[in-house]
Amino acid sequence: MIDLWFGLEKLLLIGAIISFSLVVAMYTTFAERKIAGFMQDRRGPNRAGPFGILQPLADGLKLFFKEEIIPLTSNKSLFVIGPALAMLTAMLTSAVIPWGDHIEIAGRTISLQVADVNIGILYVFGVVSLGVYGIMIGGWSSNNKFSLLAAVRGASQIISYELAMGLSLISLLLMTGSLSLKTIVEQQMQGGWGGFLGWNILYQPIGFLIFLICVFAECNRTPFDLPEAENELNFGYHQEYSSMKLGLYLFSEYVNMFISSAVVSTLFFGGYDIPFVDEIALTATMGANMVALFGFLAFFAKIAFFLFLFIWVRWTIPRFRYDQLMDLGWKKLIPLALANLLITAIVILALNK
Amino acid sequence: MGVLTNRAKTLEQKPMTFWESLYLPAIFKGMAITFGHMFRKKPTINYPEQKRPFSPVFRGLHVLNRDEEGRENCTACGLCAVACPAEAITMEAAERQKGEEHLYREEKYAAKYEINMLRCIFCGLCEEACPKDAIYLSETFAPSNFTRKGFIYSKENLLIPHPVNEKEKYEVAKGLREEQLKNK
Repeated sequence: MIDLWFGLEKLLLIGAIISFSLVVAMYTTFAERKIAGFMQDRRGPNRAGPFGILQPLADGLKLFFKEEIIPLTSNKSLFVIGPALAMLTAMLTSAVIPWGDHIEIAGRTISLQVADVNIGILYVFGVVSLGVYGIMIGGWSSNNKFSLLAAVRGASQIISYELAMGLSLISLLLMTGSLSLKTIVEQQMQGGWGGFLGWNILYQPIGFLIFLICVFAECNRTPFDLPEAENELNFGYHQEYSSMKLGLYLFSEYVNMFISSAVVSTLFFGGYDIPFVDEIALTATMGANMVALFGFLAFFAKIAFFLFLFIWVRWTIPRFRYDQLMDLGWKKLIPLALANLLITAIVILALNK
Repeated sequence: MGVLTNRAKTLEQKPMTFWESLYLPAIFKGMAITFGHMFRKKPTINYPEQKRPFSPVFRGLHVLNRDEEGRENCTACGLCAVACPAEAITMEAAERQKGEEHLYREEKYAAKYEINMLRCIFCGLCEEACPKDAIYLSETFAPSNFTRKGFIYSKENLLIPHPVNEKEKYEVAKGLREEQLKNK
């Protein structure tokens, strides 16, 4: 009987998280267009609903009603699997992210994390690497030179930047000593100033910078949006796609952004930790549910900041050339990450003695 | 190669300093610029709700004028058609019959009066040529149309609403013209 309740809890949580990510991703597309407009002294979409807030719905509906075209020469099954895979891998990562502490309903303690896997970060890395398949399959199966070129670019880019990403994280893991995202957050919450001094960004600024750059590359966002370079490769790997399949590809980019922002906030910015507030004392006065709510809000504020950063950078920095991209990834970020790793290891050794 | 003009400047390509080669300061500078632009005043005009005020000399769609009793001013003299550099205006004259005095101001009137808005260059020479103040250029655009035929405006499209029978429409169509004429 207990297992049944447990399953139900998890199902509800999964449903909530997935629908939440989708809604946030939906409105990130809106924010993208709006902020792009503001940064270019325009107004952005403002026709659908007040301030244009129904714009993402209109966009989605439009995509649904578009004609579905599968090219004759494409590999049809793979062509269909591509966007589904891109979306699936984008959503999968959300399982190991702790979205809040715990809530108490009817005497039961419910953790706001779908799965507290003790190798959480490894899981994130595994799923993120799978994201390449969405691009690669989509680009290859559409049987188009531009799509294929874009897919090859995307695959090589993601693989190159994963290395630096992993190395920058190892130095973080040297400090935390745990791969579980929940444990990492809890460790950060124990710092001074209500947890603020425990945030990993203060101890690993270079690691954070490398990680952030790699996250931009993994999400195929500008300045690393070579796979969908509009002016070089027409539209990149999803050139042959139409209707909601294209929608899924475009949408998975935004889901990816959202999840990546969540991962960055979790690893470096204390996750659901409210800065300058002592959560344990607050739990005693307000109850666990309110604290979980505020924690989630704090987490969401951090995510929103990173989403804004993604958009902000996109409308500021031009695209890298392919050789510059590889140069940055292999010749700059990886040595820098290695040096950072070495320094962290030395400092940890020195402090322990 | 010799220097052709003394405006030429030699380009100095210094190797980047370490600080420059980090790129990050330049990136932050760029991001500060885009962030600053977010709060600028937008020059956009929200078109259907807000309209850009036309200048007093704006030359828009033609209007065939009536006098204050509602009689058409045009006598089909053809001066506008002659003045028109784009040859956009055609007309056919007719004689006013008995009992039509309330329709036309003088003995001759235009039975047919057409302007091809695709040919028209909105120069306003017809307005200047007209001795009867019968045609002038208003403050509206020619709206879009699906066919070429739709751009040939006949008398029904061009005539100003009747000043007595349709007073409100007349005022709107007349626009700011009266004031402008006074200010001249």
